[in-house]
Amino acid sequence: MTGGLSIDDLQVVFSTRNGPVEALRGISLELGDGETLGVVGESGSGKSVTAYAITRLLETSGKIVNGRIVYKGSDITRLSESDLRTMRGASISMIFQNPRAALNPIRAIGLQIADAIRAHTAVTAKEARAEALDLLKSVMIRDPEARLDAYPHELSGGMCQRVMIAIAIACRPHLLIADEPTTGLDVTTQKTVMTLLARITAERNMSMILITHDLGLAAQYCDKIVVMENGRIVERGTTRTIFLNPQHPYTRRLVAASPTPTSTIDDLARVAEAEQTTHALSARPAAKPYSITDGAILLQIRNLTKRYSSNIIAVNDVSFDIPVGGSVGLVGESGSGKTTVSRMISRLIEPSDGKIIFDSKDIGAIPARVFHSVAERRDIQLVFQDPDGSLNPRFSVFDCIADPLRKLEKLRNGKELRERVRETAARAGLADNLLSRFPHQLSGGQKARVGIARAISIRPRLLVLDEPTAALDVSVQAIILNLLDRLRREDNMAFLFVSHDLNVVRMMCERVVVMRLGKVEEIGGSSLFGNPQSPYTRSLLDAIPHFDPNGQQIKALPKANEYSR
Amino acid sequence: MSVWRSIARRFIRRVISSIPAIIGVVIVTFILMRVLPSDPAVFFTSSSVTAGQAEIDSMRKKMGLDQPLPLQLGMYLRDVARGDLGNSLTTNQPVVKDLLRRLPASLELTFVALVLALATSIPLGVLSALRSGSLIDHAVRFLCTIGVCMPTFVSGLMLVYVFYYLLGIAPDPTGRIDIFVASPPDITGFLLIDLALIGDWAGWRSALDNIILPACTMALFVLAPLTRMTRASMLGVLGSEFVRTAKSVGLHSWRIVVVYALRNALLPVLTMAGVVFSTMLGANVLVEKVFSWPGVASYALDALMASDYAPVQGFVLLMAFIFVLVNLTVDVLYGMADPRVSIE
Repeated sequence: MTGGLSIDDLQVVFSTRNGPVEALRGISLELGDGETLGVVGESGSGKSVTAYAITRLLETSGKIVNGRIVYKGSDITRLSESDLRTMRGASISMIFQNPRAALNPIRAIGLQIADAIRAHTAVTAKEARAEALDLLKSVMIRDPEARLDAYPHELSGGMCQRVMIAIAIACRPHLLIADEPTTGLDVTTQKTVMTLLARITAERNMSMILITHDLGLAAQYCDKIVVMENGRIVERGTTRTIFLNPQHPYTRRLVAASPTPTSTIDDLARVAEAEQTTHALSARPAAKPYSITDGAILLQIRNLTKRYSSNIIAVNDVSFDIPVGGSVGLVGESGSGKTTVSRMISRLIEPSDGKIIFDSKDIGAIPARVFHSVAERRDIQLVFQDPDGSLNPRFSVFDCIADPLRKLEKLRNGKELRERVRETAARAGLADNLLSRFPHQLSGGQKARVGIARAISIRPRLLVLDEPTAALDVSVQAIILNLLDRLRREDNMAFLFVSHDLNVVRMMCERVVVMRLGKVEEIGGSSLFGNPQSPYTRSLLDAIPHFDPNGQQIKALPKANEYSR
Repeated sequence: MSVWRSIARRFIRRVISSIPAIIGVVIVTFILMRVLPSDPAVFFTSSSVTAGQAEIDSMRKKMGLDQPLPLQLGMYLRDVARGDLGNSLTTNQPVVKDLLRRLPASLELTFVALVLALATSIPLGVLSALRSGSLIDHAVRFLCTIGVCMPTFVSGLMLVYVFYYLLGIAPDPTGRIDIFVASPPDITGFLLIDLALIGDWAGWRSALDNIILPACTMALFVLAPLTRMTRASMLGVLGSEFVRTAKSVGLHSWRIVVVYALRNALLPVLTMAGVVFSTMLGANVLVEKVFSWPGVASYALDALMASDYAPVQGFVLLMAFIFVLVNLTVDVLYGMADPRVSIE
């Protein structure tokens, strides 16, 4: 070894209320100088635990029980607390998933960068500030002098991540561990942040460990990849071999479940079926064709506008149609107004202007306050992004699904209600024995199913889905997307599918509405993905990371003006 | 500068929005005092043995109690608007004068008690958060439980018993200052400040000796909410992501605890301290009684016993006013401590 990182048979155990949990079951890996290693895997695979074990930042309940982590010739697992302090930041540093939460909310960012500098070098506050300014310049933050005194809440998520990078590289470490650094950021922001990271690591000859659930991202920025499952490394190799010739079944499943520019819902169906059999749930005979009647319009949006406090226009003059049984995707970056549009259509907030015509009735004129009592409430239902937060923690699965039946169909407790709930749950792929459970006793995928079952229990005609799979692992996402597609065919439901993931929208929708800064940028059929008319749509599409067998990893310098908004 | 402008804007808005609440408090107190079953006219004429119905009636007329209630209320509100809270029948002094004379005593005691409480509870809270589940944590919890479950007059009497009667190191609990020390000129009304200003250090020492026991009694009572709040808030912040970031760049642990964790953890404690201050000022009448402290709370209690309307009403109004003022101060401090607040 040339002084890189070498992990040997590392085991980490967390002590929990239900006894010890093995988070890492003996992993070994090597990382040379200047290399970029991708660690991919789904939630619970132990990839973040690996990162925190390397920096010894595990929660107090997590203990390294076996193995060695040798970095620059010394075993990190045996370092004293003061040696660790010298190591952290100066030779190994980290950047985190949620950049805004990772920064101290009540301390100016210039001071936070200076804190990092002064932790390892004896400089005056003034010198540290000057150095912080240089760092802000090197992470390409616009107007860096003014930003020194800004607080995290005054910056966008992408900006906060740049500040976090500046803090991480402040003391010129040789190894950077990036734990899901762009999860939660827009694709275009993701691209600029990742390009920046790639450039900085290349310039400073740093090695990087990129921890991500996004195979495409790992493919684009890493030389080598290890795939983790249940605390073990199941496969390792160069990016090319992992993608073109995956050996382990888990890797194959992961590769198959990751949406690509060419995958279709049928590809995901195969993944889903493979998973279903392991979950012992019989897949229903699918493939009832979509029945989109030409010309029959379910929902017409006309000149929809939402203004907040006079001068902020969240949604500006948006018009589009959803045919009966059709599926329309609403895409755009954060702040584009797509969620506001979906909230107005679901009649949760009031439009400032414009019409929402559902089945030739202007439901936009019905105040959101009383909408729960009109018939259309049953026809328009929602599936939310956060499967956790959108379920009442004190409601069992049965109560969650029964709630709309009780409230909107006035069903009393009894045989009919039980039958309906059971039937709905079965359609959403929830086994009978799950009905008495509470949300915290369910997995993420099961919670997503409950959210879907609740929405379809009263057979709506329009389902508004707000990023329904954004919080899920790719293999679970494949199953849920497949389920949604099947339900849509069975019930002849129309979908309004709000998402930032263009690959998912391409698979799920016939038409796409691209929004930008509150306005419709482009509307088109699925051909839009092959041949976008607006440069904005093209930049969104280009920003999606994916594995290109003929391409090179991005290590090239970004263009001069790669400043994000 | 925009920070200050936004703070000023919030300040003014809060002052305006608190006016209805204060008016409401005035009216409710007024009515409450009137529906109490005792008759002040009887109370104040019964001192002379010869008092008959005629005297009582003339007394009632003199006090304006023969007028219909709405008219009495109207007159009272008019007087309040002019800054006249009426006269106390027990002290024969204007209520405003009485309150102003006694308020510094209460304020001084409460300030000292609050400083004592914060100086104890913040380190204890931080310590028990850093060592949560340890022996120290349990000891602190025990202390807090004792403090909160013991009534102030019991803990006050116990302190007097131990430090005055048994050990003899505390002065007798009879007011703010040793009676043999010459009373200082009335500058601010706060003895500790006035005596320091004129350089009377013997008197200052005597005033300090006198205030320590009552202040400790008060502080002990509010130790629990402040400590528990500090501990909970500190635990939350210590588990937060930005503390993890601070660790990941290798900051010194004391710097993480003080600059990153404690500053954030103190924000809810600040709010709590405001509530605690207002509560101590008005509600710790028992401490004032035990230590013969010439404060506003004991004054109001005496007046209440005597069915003396004006001082009680004046006291409630004063408390409402101080409560608004304290919350306002807390808000301003919060706005300065937390940059996220000022964006509204």
